[in-house]
Amino acid sequence: MLDLADPAAWPPPPARPDPGSGQGGAGAEAWTMAVQAAAVSALVPGAVGGVVLAAGPGPARDAWLAALVACRTALAGEDAAMRHRLPVGCPAERVSGGLDLAATLAAGRRIEAPGIVARAAGAILLAPAAEAMAPATAAALAAALEASPAPLVVAFDEGAADEGLAAALDDRLTLRLALGAVALGDLGAAAAPSPAALKAAAGRIGRVTLDDTALAALAGLAAGMGLGSLRLLRGAAAVARALAALDGRLAVEEDDLAGAVRLVLAPRARCWPAPAEEAEDESPPEPPQDPPADSDEAPDPPEDDDETEPDPGELAERVLEAMAASLPEGQLAALAAAARAGRGKSGARQGARRRAAARGRPAGVRPGLPGGGRRLALAETLAAAAPWQRLRGGGSGRLQVRRDDLRLRRLEAPAEALTVFVVDASGSAAMARLAEAKGAVEILLAEAYRRRDRVALVAFRGRGAELVLAPTRALARARRALAGLPGGGATPLASGLEAALALAAAARREGQAAQVVVLTDGRANIARDGQPGRAGARADAEAAARALAAEAGVLVVDTAARPSREARSLAEGSGARYIALPGADAGRIADAARALRGDGAPARQPGRR
Amino acid sequence: MPVFPFSAIVGQDALKTALMIAATDPAVGGVLAMGERGTGKSTTIRALAGLLPRLPGREGCVYNCDPARPAPTCEVCGPVAGGRLGPIVERAVPVVDLPLGVTEDRVLGALDLERALATGEKRFEPGLLARAHRGFLYIDEVNLLEDHIVDLLLDVAASGENVVEREGLSVRHPAKVVLIGSGNPEEGELRPQLLDRFGLSVEVSASREIVERVEAVRRREAFEDDPAAFLDTWASAETAASARLVAARARLAAVAVPDDARERAARLCLALGTDGLRGELTLLRAARALAALEGLEAVDGALMDRVAPMALGHRLRRDPLDDSAAGARVERALADLATV
Repeated sequence: MLDLADPAAWPPPPARPDPGSGQGGAGAEAWTMAVQAAAVSALVPGAVGGVVLAAGPGPARDAWLAALVACRTALAGEDAAMRHRLPVGCPAERVSGGLDLAATLAAGRRIEAPGIVARAAGAILLAPAAEAMAPATAAALAAALEASPAPLVVAFDEGAADEGLAAALDDRLTLRLALGAVALGDLGAAAAPSPAALKAAAGRIGRVTLDDTALAALAGLAAGMGLGSLRLLRGAAAVARALAALDGRLAVEEDDLAGAVRLVLAPRARCWPAPAEEAEDESPPEPPQDPPADSDEAPDPPEDDDETEPDPGELAERVLEAMAASLPEGQLAALAAAARAGRGKSGARQGARRRAAARGRPAGVRPGLPGGGRRLALAETLAAAAPWQRLRGGGSGRLQVRRDDLRLRRLEAPAEALTVFVVDASGSAAMARLAEAKGAVEILLAEAYRRRDRVALVAFRGRGAELVLAPTRALARARRALAGLPGGGATPLASGLEAALALAAAARREGQAAQVVVLTDGRANIARDGQPGRAGARADAEAAARALAAEAGVLVVDTAARPSREARSLAEGSGARYIALPGADAGRIADAARALRGDGAPARQPGRR
Repeated sequence: MPVFPFSAIVGQDALKTALMIAATDPAVGGVLAMGERGTGKSTTIRALAGLLPRLPGREGCVYNCDPARPAPTCEVCGPVAGGRLGPIVERAVPVVDLPLGVTEDRVLGALDLERALATGEKRFEPGLLARAHRGFLYIDEVNLLEDHIVDLLLDVAASGENVVEREGLSVRHPAKVVLIGSGNPEEGELRPQLLDRFGLSVEVSASREIVERVEAVRRREAFEDDPAAFLDTWASAETAASARLVAARARLAAVAVPDDARERAARLCLALGTDGLRGELTLLRAARALAALEGLEAVDGALMDRVAPMALGHRLRRDPLDDSAAGARVERALADLATV
């Protein structure tokens, strides 16, 4: 039986027939799959919804788009293959449509700007830089896709890290492809099916049967990967049917299911299904922020022991094997590892990127165009237009307002803040002290709750630092993550401080105040590059602390049994505040935190409007 | 556009019950449905609206006025129309989506800019609340919405009227709206005072039963392949459910609430430590609505136990950092009460 937890023990994949030109390798594999995906999206656009293409601009992406256009043209004509573009940074009003104020003012009658989605109905809508799309725009796009006929959305995920799109949008775009491994030479490995083949498949697909066992196997695999969404399951079922139809068959078989899993479910897996017989004695390590609704046991209901009926659990395992065999070497390990690392962090990441919406006290006006949350300041606009009326030849009561007269309300809101907890989880911070330190953190979390701050959690031990919790307002999660922190190992203090520096800098760029609370005993023994040695580690830690103190208010909470020289010198050397845990009580810690906020960044910052 | 039938939704019993209760007695307050994506929340809500009997309204009315009680500023139904009232038509119960990042003017309504800039006339342009009058306002990702907008919505939902005082306007129009909020609790929590003002809360999760998931996908496929045939198959179940709802609304006032039911509610809320009286009031109202739906004449202990998790689950948390399963705490308290 395949042991998914140990890549080294896997048997070599069975020999597969050459994909045409005899080119093997990861790139050709990925390309063949990608071309199939293009054909599938053209065949069942409604159920598929759209495609998330993780690829930077380049020949692979262009070739894929060309394949998609060819398939669409063959099946639904030229109009359906027209490509509309959602501009980067497009505000939500342009997605669904609304009043075009500037044009209205110029023409003197109501002019509506049709939404981009309405214009692209039934065709292809490209959304570049989708991972950086504002949440409001993503929500508007997701909502607009409910209408029919919806466009087929191709979202380009150009982010370097695996950040993912906004959840609402991601759920509706069921296919996911990565073209990173495809090189120019691989593009010849596969070509889009001919128009005749596509038309034949379209005629066939209504008759393709997907029996209950197969659907149950898919459902079981989806559950095993922690994916509860019915939309994804529906998409996977449709993809399986389409693959069968493209291959000329009227019944869905294992390979089609494997393809559906590979295109829809596996790229989004939040955990990996464990093989059946090991589910009882081994439980795979779960990341602290594991999403609630998942089970990582293979779907193998013991009651289903009917001899005559095929077992969905067995089928699921065979499908998983078939999929593993079809993936290029090493990619399955990467998928499983990424899944275990908890890829479902995109929700929290979106929260981090969300900017303060227009709110707060009015603080003057500035010229500009309304829309995207910016409010028109009517009185000032009219006041700006009034002096020009005679020149503009108004008369008969009609006010002549031009674009340049429009004034927007400027709002001033209290700055959002981010509190980063850097926790020393190494062996030198003895378990007892860590528990006390966690108590201190709870007080700080309560403060953060009161002020509506966001919190993030960085832990360091062993060789380096880990971002345990990305900036989020879900404080209960922070508490849970803290409770689940394992301890032990060396003390890479510099790495921890650097990770906090990255978070603080990112927050500052968005106009938020950042404060960092470091819980450590200061006894660093691993330097930035992972090399052991006290002197180097201390030097690196002090340098990192100085850099950090320049970006954010820093509080060093000394968790050693007796106030340690190292922690104190770290704090003093970087201008951070210092508080020793032994002897400190709840009140003093809370006071220190409050003082930190007081003389950190200014309490009020002008809104960016 | 054909709407997926309510009776054909697989599972989601808690959500369906909560929505039926909220539709029977709007005084219960809105419903909060928290859970992951793709679990059919918005499908269920639209399906419910499809179940409700159509409303009378006048053609072209943007305030969704009840012809018997028109909004004062409505140009089609109100006194402004000057006696030239249009014909009464039937309209579906509105379900209005509140987009993320919506501003106050869009929700409440604001000055009609076009008129103001073009002719200098001061006219009120109704917002989403007017459109959702006598219907549902569906707020997706309610935990990410600005606090003051959630506050505003809850005020309007509680009073049934939208009062606008801004930019030189002073307008009020009826807005009897049932709020339905949904979102993913992993991304942030609503403040306790906002949570408390939602009537019922349910946790929506993907079914753990493979069989149910398979059935749900099958039904969705059948619906998309041939909506007319699918609707036909479920027509009788839908009619029955609709009739049940209408009958429940009629019967609501007649359902008796005996004193020991009130006592039980009070004891339960004390045991759970809910703040304020809203918990008990909601519990009693919800129990009464459920009794009406089930055709019972009076509220009894069993009914109250069934609605207790929904009515009280979101009012429990004293400690904002503690997210231990609310449902479990309610059940424990119920079990304790049973032994009393």
